[in-house]
Amino acid sequence: MTGATLSERRETAAPAIELKGISKAFGPVQANRDISIRVMPGTIHGIIGENGAGKSTLMSILYGFYKADRGEIFIKGRKTEIPDSQAAISAGIGMVFQHFKLVENFTVLENIILGAEDGALLNRSMAKARTELVQLEREYGLNVDPDAVIEEIGVGKQQRVEILKALYRRAEILILDEPTGVLTPAEADQLFRVLGRLRAEGKTIILITHKLREIMEITDTVSVMRRGEMTATVKTAETSPEQLAELMVGRKVLLRVDKAPAKPGAPVLEVENLRVVDEAGVERVKGISLNVRAGEILGIAGVAGNGQSELLEVLGGMRSGRGVLRMRGQVMDPGADGKARRAMGIAHVPEDRQREGLIMGFHAWENVAFGYHDDARYRSGMFMNNRALREDTAAKMERFDVRPPDPWLAAKNFSGGNQQKIVVAREIEQNPALLLVGQPTRGVDIGAIEFIHKQIVALRDAGAAVLLVSVELDEILSLSDRIAVMFDGRIMGERLPGQTDETELGLLMAGMSEAAA
Amino acid sequence: MPKWAEVILVPLISLLLAAILSALVILAIGEDPVAAVKMMVEGALGSTYAWGYTLYYATNFMFTGLAVAVAFHARMFNIGGEGQAMIGGLGVALACLYVPWPHWSLGLLGAILAGGLFGAGWALIPAWLQAKRGSHVVITTIMFNFIAASALNYILVNLLKPKGSQDPASARFPEAVHLPTLHELLAPLGINFSKAAPANVSLLVAVAACVLVWALIWRTRLGYEIRAYGQSEPGARYAGISGVRIILISMVISGALAGCMAINNVMGEAERLVLNATEGAGFIGIAVALMGRSHPFGVFLAAILFGFLYQGGAELALWTKIPREMITVIQALVILFTGALDNMVRAPLERIFLAARRGRG
Repeated sequence: MTGATLSERRETAAPAIELKGISKAFGPVQANRDISIRVMPGTIHGIIGENGAGKSTLMSILYGFYKADRGEIFIKGRKTEIPDSQAAISAGIGMVFQHFKLVENFTVLENIILGAEDGALLNRSMAKARTELVQLEREYGLNVDPDAVIEEIGVGKQQRVEILKALYRRAEILILDEPTGVLTPAEADQLFRVLGRLRAEGKTIILITHKLREIMEITDTVSVMRRGEMTATVKTAETSPEQLAELMVGRKVLLRVDKAPAKPGAPVLEVENLRVVDEAGVERVKGISLNVRAGEILGIAGVAGNGQSELLEVLGGMRSGRGVLRMRGQVMDPGADGKARRAMGIAHVPEDRQREGLIMGFHAWENVAFGYHDDARYRSGMFMNNRALREDTAAKMERFDVRPPDPWLAAKNFSGGNQQKIVVAREIEQNPALLLVGQPTRGVDIGAIEFIHKQIVALRDAGAAVLLVSVELDEILSLSDRIAVMFDGRIMGERLPGQTDETELGLLMAGMSEAAA
Repeated sequence: MPKWAEVILVPLISLLLAAILSALVILAIGEDPVAAVKMMVEGALGSTYAWGYTLYYATNFMFTGLAVAVAFHARMFNIGGEGQAMIGGLGVALACLYVPWPHWSLGLLGAILAGGLFGAGWALIPAWLQAKRGSHVVITTIMFNFIAASALNYILVNLLKPKGSQDPASARFPEAVHLPTLHELLAPLGINFSKAAPANVSLLVAVAACVLVWALIWRTRLGYEIRAYGQSEPGARYAGISGVRIILISMVISGALAGCMAINNVMGEAERLVLNATEGAGFIGIAVALMGRSHPFGVFLAAILFGFLYQGGAELALWTKIPREMITVIQALVILFTGALDNMVRAPLERIFLAARRGRG
């Protein structure tokens, strides 16, 4: 497959994938509208767009999860029907999902042959797979120990196993859905090197992401989607992040957070030697001490799963910890009690708005009271004061530009950004002394990100303390007044945003000690 | 899909499918389905006597259906309605036998209290085990049904049975706690309702319970917390809603509702406590709640439907060669189609409505 020279292939070959006029509707929602795209072989083609722009739907159609209402798919110039993922695999398409589909307690090799075993007995196909795997690893520089158990290897390696799985099934076209979401910057760089190698070997790669930086860094061509339509396809070399952002949102966007220097006051939250043990008995937070002052944003950086979530959950009263917590000088019980925390003036935008921050089946107006449903303004005796609640919701929706501004709509029917606006509106309008924010813009479109960041900064300027946890380094760097990096349940170091960069933070996030960094 | 189709059309089509399949089964055993339907309708709705029985059964099912529905809003699957209703019966019997009530109305209030307390107490143990120990409430409530049956057996035979009686049942309740039947209630209005039918004032209590449960679930803060916990446990933890508290309270309310069924079957109909007084109504309650989508109004309608099936089926068994087991088959089909196979009807309907809308647009 590597015989013909690449430039020759690019000139003469038919597009690896060509979609013509793909449309798909879910009920009244037009997820994809008349989408046409040509992906040339041996290139990395980025697809960028806000949440709900239809990227995932389009890829699901390509991978046979959904059937398009209209339109045609051509693979290497030949019209192809893809009724299911089996057909996609035999057409040479491989998919690496955002959430890995690996069996945790199987070895790498077992995971790779899973679903592709031939014959009832495993030993023959295992042996065959082993030789092939070694060859693939050598060819693409993807070294993973075939006998390592999945749960014992890092996230970056697990992702390689997903890529190897696709290659083992003879994939010529690889689709990666938000592949860097769970990686450290260093791991992401390694992934990009692997992708570059794959491209050099003639594979075609479709990279779905919402991160402009990645698009600029690695892709050859980029297509922008907005509201189910393909708004532009441009050569990456001929575009800029600003232009792409504008294409995505449909208006000019401020990519940097505009904020005045912080004027920190007295400490609001003080944490001393906090330890958290999870349900499985694993210590997740290993003695953390920190403080957040009035009028400042403390950002906690770190790769997902290094104890930041647990820290936030203890502070928000969702989980018990051990250690000393003080709020405005007053000692707090470190046990789990969300109501007590709220009474102390702590508001909490949780990491997972769909499972925690909102009840998806509830109307928007029911969600506006969530956590505050015992407050005098929302109750009348043992009953809820539904009318007051609905009026308050309508007002909040107006102030926070929630669309559609319909208090009766169920939370699950809002887009990610608008769901988050409901949560942020609810929490910020409590006028908290301390705001805990976890992943404020995960799955949120760029337009809403800008708005939510503004609100957080405004709250800080009004004198509140803000503790921000985010896996997005960009967000940490642009929003925080002070940055603490967490690794393996400990704080690896504190930096000021003006005096550090992604490389240094990335090293701390990977557990390099202060001295080494 | 418009709301009316969701609420009315889907269950109606499901019912129709269940009816067609039932008809086929009846045909298969060599009987005439048309005659069978006629007999069922006649037997369950054709006279005030028939209505009296249908509504009597429906009253039972309303209580047990509401019991399952309330727990279900907290995502607790209370299979123990049967046992809770049995123990509730014990409470009602004790209240009726040992308290000298001056008037039936006070006796009814006392019986509601006693039946509710006993049923709630019986549900509290599995609830506590679930909340504190993580023992699954489905398993424990099923086991508690057996414990209730055995305990009641012992109590009736060894403690409550009047001396010299051969019958494992309590003594007859005093005349003062005789509940007015529909015949007695409707007579002043000039309506001549059958004297022999067992439907009684408990029906009104059951309807009131439907309204109260509706208010509880959709209007009170407790109901808000129950629904929130039922839809998302992490969400509840975030909002500071105690899961232990919600499990205990929702199960206690559920048990109390099941226990209150005894005012109908024990106090209103038998007027003494007999063995197996519940006749499986606790289990029918699960189907009723399922079909009623855990909404009190849905439970009300589903309870009447199952009352119809129960009474109509009994008539069928009495007057034709169709065996009594046929009722169970029909009920099972109704449950299957309205509960388990709901999507089979819903999905195509949704597509039809969508296509229709697109055609217009």
